[in-house]
Amino acid sequence: MRVALFVTCFNDTLFPETGRATVELLERLGIGVDFPLEQTCCGQMHFNTGYQREAIPLVRRFVEVFEDYDAVVAPSGSCVGMVRELYPMAADLANDKHLAARVEELTPRVFELSEFLVKKLGVTDIGAYYPHRVTYHPTCHSLRMLKVGDAPVKLLRAVRGIDFVELPEARECCGFGGTFAVKNADTSIAMLGDKLRHVLDTEAEICTAGDNSCLMHMGGGLKRLRAGVRTVHLAEILATTEEKITP
Amino acid sequence: MTSAREEILRRVRRATHDVPKDEHPEDVPVERGYRKEDNAPRDEIVKRFAERVAEYEATVHRVNESDLPRAIAEALERRGIRQLVVPAGLPDEWIPKDVEALCDAAQSPLSNEELDRSDGVLTGCSLGISQTGTIVLDAGEGQGRRALTLLPDYHLCVVREDQVVGLVPEAFAKLEETVTDEGRAITFISGPSATSDIELNRVEGVHGPRTLEVLIAGQPGDE
Amino acid sequence: MTIEAPDAFSGGKTPNFEETARESLTDSQLRRNLGKATQTIRRKRAVAVEEMPDWEQLREAGRALKSRTLRHLDEYLLRLEESVTRAGGQVHWARDGEEANRIIAGIAKRHDAGEVVKVKSIATDETKLNEYLEREGIEAYETDLAELIIQLAGETSSHILVPAIHKNRSEIRELFMRKLGVEDLSDDPPDLANAARLYLREKFLKAKVGISGANFAVADTGTVCVVESEGNGRMCTTLPPVLVTLMGIEKIIPTWQDYEVFMQLLPRSSTAERMNPYTTFWTGVSEGDGPQEFHLVLLDNGRTEVLADEIGRQTLNCIRCSACLNVCPVYERTGGHAYNSVYPGPIGAILTPQLVGIGKPGSDSLPYASSLCGACYEVCPVKINIPEVLIHLRGRVVRHKQDEGGLKGKLDPENVAMQAMAKTFSNLRLYEGAQRAARIGQWPLARSGAIHRLPGRLAGWTDARDLKPIPEQTFREWWRSRNGSGEGT
Repeated sequence: MRVALFVTCFNDTLFPETGRATVELLERLGIGVDFPLEQTCCGQMHFNTGYQREAIPLVRRFVEVFEDYDAVVAPSGSCVGMVRELYPMAADLANDKHLAARVEELTPRVFELSEFLVKKLGVTDIGAYYPHRVTYHPTCHSLRMLKVGDAPVKLLRAVRGIDFVELPEARECCGFGGTFAVKNADTSIAMLGDKLRHVLDTEAEICTAGDNSCLMHMGGGLKRLRAGVRTVHLAEILATTEEKITP
Repeated sequence: MTSAREEILRRVRRATHDVPKDEHPEDVPVERGYRKEDNAPRDEIVKRFAERVAEYEATVHRVNESDLPRAIAEALERRGIRQLVVPAGLPDEWIPKDVEALCDAAQSPLSNEELDRSDGVLTGCSLGISQTGTIVLDAGEGQGRRALTLLPDYHLCVVREDQVVGLVPEAFAKLEETVTDEGRAITFISGPSATSDIELNRVEGVHGPRTLEVLIAGQPGDE
Repeated sequence: MTIEAPDAFSGGKTPNFEETARESLTDSQLRRNLGKATQTIRRKRAVAVEEMPDWEQLREAGRALKSRTLRHLDEYLLRLEESVTRAGGQVHWARDGEEANRIIAGIAKRHDAGEVVKVKSIATDETKLNEYLEREGIEAYETDLAELIIQLAGETSSHILVPAIHKNRSEIRELFMRKLGVEDLSDDPPDLANAARLYLREKFLKAKVGISGANFAVADTGTVCVVESEGNGRMCTTLPPVLVTLMGIEKIIPTWQDYEVFMQLLPRSSTAERMNPYTTFWTGVSEGDGPQEFHLVLLDNGRTEVLADEIGRQTLNCIRCSACLNVCPVYERTGGHAYNSVYPGPIGAILTPQLVGIGKPGSDSLPYASSLCGACYEVCPVKINIPEVLIHLRGRVVRHKQDEGGLKGKLDPENVAMQAMAKTFSNLRLYEGAQRAARIGQWPLARSGAIHRLPGRLAGWTDARDLKPIPEQTFREWWRSRNGSGEGT
């Protein structure tokens, strides 16, 4: 099975450690991944902000870069959501039936990390060790668009040494919403306040999720509050073993 | 000059030009995978109906059909009813002798003031819906026109066990003929009137009868 | 006395959502009342739905029935007109709100009605009927308790279902004592309800004309219905000799049988009950029972525009249950007034701009009043994919600005930035160059391991959040150093 890593422009630039962790944990499972260097961005930011015509070339690029692989894995629920759920809409907008067909062919092979591990590979224990109190925030795209279900929690509960605690009102949106965080900053912050209150109530040391976009928003807020609680991407927790400590 | 009617129809047709000309409404598939009929035993259906009506803060009693006149008299006595609104077509034996019956008839309908001044109204019903605890009136025999069950402050309603259906779809199926053939008005009643508009506290009785009492009448041995 | 609060349907300029939301977010009483209300209804709705083993099948049937109706709306409209007329009613057609108001006022005038009683109808709020009637010398009395409260207070509704959610009991007591002429009144909800009951009963008994909206109308039989809780709907549609019903053209359903779907979806989705207290189904005119004159006014007012948009069309599935409002994390905090429309919340964010037309600054901001979390789509009983429509409308707003906005549209800073970024992402050399440039360029902003203040439009981020600086090595730089410039392991 030829597997490609779609690291996402976000992680590539701002959270390379998440990309590194994804590669490491997949290699530990015996999956050698390719990283096609031509990849840039899936186009979600443009598409969701309304710049859909501008996103079409990015859609084409993604399809071209990845369509020859058996599976594409990304440590990002929102980007995979864009590809699976909105690429058909983009192809329609481009009035391009050929692109639409290629999109239809490719999208079933594009996976968010936790669903790749649990649903495609059938593994929940990947030999991780992470002795911290951790709570999990299900990001809206992975929860409602991709419907990854309890895959992430299954993975976390199987981690040795972990003290896993459920997040109250977990299904509520953290308030990031892409450009919403800036265009409607006040409302975004109001939503963030309630999300952080729930995180702090768990007394967890770490809050994790499958999307660095949400984690950047939540982590940024926790940092501003000097709360002493950190955010760490799911991939980095799963990549940590006794030998390979990720802080 | 185009009329509003012509203009709107033109806009609608233009807006739906993507729909193939040869497509008929029935060609649009509608999957009705929901429950159409309740297969539970009859006594369970009636029992659930009684429970769910009671959940709406309506008073519910189950009686034998033969005991009905006495049960009605007792309910009216408890309530202190002196003037009772009565629709046409109600069985004579239901109306207690010591109560003043205000009979509403097509040729001599009661005035709104008379309805407002009365102490209550007694009716039968068209059917009951067990799933939702709903009583259905169809303005027919023993039920009367709509104002009769609207203005008085107390409504005593008799539901026969064989009038209770299991699910909502069964009710609409039973009412179809009345509506298509006669065009009578249908009223669904699920508890006395209520509002939750003041700080979300549910408050009974804004308009309509503030007290709803229901007698469910069955054959002996049905319980 | 009615006060016209300018909103998207008033024809003037309305503020952006961001501006009004900023203010309403600071209203602590609203936040508390609304938060408590939506959380309560949410929980109750979940219980009511969990009880139903065939809920998903009902949702699918609801969606399919609406699709069938909308695709053939012209045929259904004609069927409805025919069946209502056959049953003794009169059908009128209104291209816009002004025309609808004129028709309704005309009917009231023909009957010398100086006062009319109304049961809540958002459609009449949309057309600003009350204000129009007042100008024509006709007093319209709202009879829903919450609408009465709002009318007496001279305010506007903030929630589809619980319009006076922003008022507490002592405010209501004070209002009733002042406006209803009641001398001695407690703030106990039953006492307040009783005061309203007595005041309105007199109005119901005197009125010559009743005005209502409609939840649904059956094309085959002409049967219209009003779904309610308090009984004022029954009052308005039964007691006055003349009844006028204003109904959006999208409210049609094909057959009487189809009620079995919608009368299960609506109560559990809106008030979280198995069934609401009262529903009246009437067909034209019934001899000796209720109004002897019935007028149905069919309203377009932009609905055909919504119909014409193949992706936006599903917006017209809406049965006005407000389930989406009750799960929306944005609405829960900003409240309804922030949307500057009679239609608030997620459904309002997609319906309003489509009804009034793209290209109006205020309503153009509404599709952005969402984090796209999708909670609304999960609970919509007729499966409106609200996130999909929001994204689609954002596209229409942007394209309109770019194509019709002239130079100003093209030079819009956001547009310029987005064009530049799209170019960057389309070219590997530019992309990798931009990564390096950003890393270098952040130096003045990054202090002690965090960026505390971003410039210009991005300042909204750092108003409340820190930002970690761009790391020293990108992922692809790491990959290259590990694997050489090849792609594979």
